Amino acid sequence: MDLSLAGILTLDGVTSGAVYALLALATVLIFAVTRVVFIALGDFVAYSALTLATLQTGRVPGTVWVVLGLALLAAGLDVMRGVRRRTGARAIALGVGRLLAAPVLLVAATLWLAPLRGSLLLQSLLSLALVTALGPLLYRVAYEKVADASVLVLMIVSVGVHFALTGIALVLFGAEGFRNPSFWSANFDLGPLQLSGQTVIIFAVSIALMVALFAFFERSLRGKALRATAVNRYGARLMAISTEGAGRLSFGMAAFIAALSGLLIAPTTTIFYDSGFLIGLKGFVAAIFGGLASYPAAALGALLVGVLESFGAFWASSFKEVIVFTLIIPVLLWRSLRDGHQDEEE
Amino acid sequence: MTMRRTFMWLCVALLAALPLLPVPEFWITQANYIGLYALVVIGLVLLTGVAGLTSFGQAAFVGIGAYTAAYLSLTHGMSPWLTLWIGLGLTLVAALMLGWITLRMSGHYLPLATMAWGLGLFYALGNVEALGKYDGLQGVPPISLGGLVLNDGRSFFYLLWAIVLLAAFGAIHLLDSRMGRALRAVKGGVTMAEAMGIDTFRIKVMAFVLAALLASVAGWLFAYFQRSVNPSPFGLNMGIQYLFMAVVGGAGHVWGALVGAGLVRVLQDQLQAWLPMLIGSSGNYEIIVFGVVLVLVLHYARDGVWAFVDARLPRVQRRNDWASAPRLAERARPQRGEVVLDVRGALKRFGGLAAVNGVSFQARAGEILGLIGPNGAGKSTTFNLVTGVLTLSEGQVLLHGQRIDGLPSRRIARAGVSRTFQHVKMVPTMTVLENVALGGHLRGRRGVAAAVLRLDRTEERQLFLEAEIQLRRVGMGGALHELAVNLPLGSQRLMEIARALCADPVLLLLDEPAAGLRLKEKEALSAVLRQLREEGLGILLVEHDMDMVMSLVDRIVVMDFGTKLIEGSPDDIQASPLVREAYLGAEN
Repeated sequence: MDLSLAGILTLDGVTSGAVYALLALATVLIFAVTRVVFIALGDFVAYSALTLATLQTGRVPGTVWVVLGLALLAAGLDVMRGVRRRTGARAIALGVGRLLAAPVLLVAATLWLAPLRGSLLLQSLLSLALVTALGPLLYRVAYEKVADASVLVLMIVSVGVHFALTGIALVLFGAEGFRNPSFWSANFDLGPLQLSGQTVIIFAVSIALMVALFAFFERSLRGKALRATAVNRYGARLMAISTEGAGRLSFGMAAFIAALSGLLIAPTTTIFYDSGFLIGLKGFVAAIFGGLASYPAAALGALLVGVLESFGAFWASSFKEVIVFTLIIPVLLWRSLRDGHQDEEE
Repeated sequence: MTMRRTFMWLCVALLAALPLLPVPEFWITQANYIGLYALVVIGLVLLTGVAGLTSFGQAAFVGIGAYTAAYLSLTHGMSPWLTLWIGLGLTLVAALMLGWITLRMSGHYLPLATMAWGLGLFYALGNVEALGKYDGLQGVPPISLGGLVLNDGRSFFYLLWAIVLLAAFGAIHLLDSRMGRALRAVKGGVTMAEAMGIDTFRIKVMAFVLAALLASVAGWLFAYFQRSVNPSPFGLNMGIQYLFMAVVGGAGHVWGALVGAGLVRVLQDQLQAWLPMLIGSSGNYEIIVFGVVLVLVLHYARDGVWAFVDARLPRVQRRNDWASAPRLAERARPQRGEVVLDVRGALKRFGGLAAVNGVSFQARAGEILGLIGPNGAGKSTTFNLVTGVLTLSEGQVLLHGQRIDGLPSRRIARAGVSRTFQHVKMVPTMTVLENVALGGHLRGRRGVAAAVLRLDRTEERQLFLEAEIQLRRVGMGGALHELAVNLPLGSQRLMEIARALCADPVLLLLDEPAAGLRLKEKEALSAVLRQLREEGLGILLVEHDMDMVMSLVDRIVVMDFGTKLIEGSPDDIQASPLVREAYLGAEN
């Protein structure tokens, strides 16, 4: 293998690694705050890519019905809880109104804008907003009731959520795959390497998002509240930090990051209704580098996963996935020898 | 015969009669698939419901069993009775490796690793030329049993279900044994289990390997039942569906595995017929329903379907067959007054804070030593240092002159140190008697194989006899068969003391045993502790009830801010201005 080929493969790997890094960060974020091993994160990737693909054709994406359905379900649960706790009709109505306002507005906006076929940017923003809305709603519907259960139970819930989301994606988007147009079709020559505009965008957006996340956690009160929840849920509650709110916020942020990843990756590969899972799982392999706790280690792991995948695809294309997923074994071995015994009490 | 047993034999008889009845072939095939699934799910019950771990990779172990059988019988014409063992061997290696790597860490690494493993194996099977890539291998010859060729569903049914029932009864036997109790103890966290002398890492690996082996047997059967293999039934989706069956059926019960496998198979069949008609195109839409049902089950009925059935069946009390069992061998007792425990300059730092700062004391046989001090004085940390839950930063701990600092809890337990916990740690789903028998773990030696084959009954009787004796000693002879979770807090504390005594210790560490006890119970507890002292046991007591401490103990060590304030007789301590200052603050 000559140097230029190695360069091309590395660039390729780092590009997809940047997207995996975003997913790894979202995985760590959710796990740290809510203890949920959110296996379904990748499904958001597929939802956002396919939502944009549907908007491109001028049709209304099925995502709106998922958002609306989840919002109504969440509202129903809130009403039921309100009645059980005797919260009072006014407070219940207010809460439901606040819960429903944004999703309903968003759905209405999509119904109105979809046939108009706005610019790619507008459609992308719409896709982002729709998928981001799924995050907190999903947390409300699937996780809040069992928020204090063991990690194991939460993980099995995630598996259920993943199954449901994948199946619904098949109903909404069909079995056909889509490849979205590039956001920027420019090409730059870097010696023997070709840098496409899409690659530049992927790097720029990934780095910008990481910086934004860092600023959020270090500087803002909400970010600090999330970190406090991550360290000690009970303690956070005593400090008047709502763990429910923290859960919804972290799911919203993770959904946003995953949606963004979907938009970034869709022009480079064909996305099917079930593609998200594998992409998300690669983010997971990366997150395990950081023990599901360290953001920088997860990001580095993601780059390694990306590079390994691109070299694996070149040397043994059909064994690409085998190589990437077998990587988890030495990584776990390394972590196991490093961390030794740790345990959580139920 | 009890009603429960009648019910069970009725089910077995019904099952045996099924192929003889004029049942359509379709239902025989369904029953065979249910049996195959159930075999895998029984393994998951042991792993998930009992040990509190889980795996999404069971389908991959099924794949190993199936591909090994198919490949070896097609290319080498190997007998099924040989391919079974080779498949099991390969599975054992894979499971040991995965388990050994992940089970040292927190519980969620195993499922993640098995997920990656399931995916990896699926793509590997689908890409290897010799294994027929995604088309798989066809034309596997049928199994023959003593001249009888099992080449149709009805004949295969008996072999399959005989194995399923053997596995089910084996699992039930295992759960009702020394190793089974140890396996259940692991679910609540390792601290208690390790204090009982259980090697929790080994037992977790064992559970994972057992589950994998059961899956591998299912795969072996699968290859000879379908007579062909391809990668799709061994992918991650199927791995998740096995877990789904376990959760729906009831992951805590062996019979839940059969119920779950049956329900899911029938449901899947109906959904595959109805959903495409409803939606108007074909696809595996049933996963939507599976996903939603899984979430609903975990929200509203976390113990699964079988738990409902189980709650309505009459509860059978363990039959007392141990009254005449020989007593377990006891440890040689140290001489009264001999130093049992010697703590020398124990120091424990948490970051910059020294929670225990150079504390030294000795505990003697036939003596009760009180360890008191205000909240935060470092008493519990001292306890954890002695029992190996925490490791010393500096200093030494000696038992009978042998250093035990640095040893894991289970080794210290083996050396003769037993303890109770400030917050009661028990297996809530076991009876009081079984919980106490857990304390005798180190006094038995029968393993998994003996338990499955029921060769452990003599030892079990000895363990239960010991447990009953210790329970009677603390005045709990009337509650042997209660579920531990139903006891009031005071009784749970007494149960912990009985459990600690069941280990035949030389040193007993009691962490606030009287908290939550009523006056009468406290008096009874004091009487028990006095009697133990008479028998030459060394006791270290952390307690806040000063009346009890002062009337009971021989010597007291007072701690404050991590250091030893003073040591002396109860009278000395009561007269000491230092102690008064520590508890009540300086005068004026």
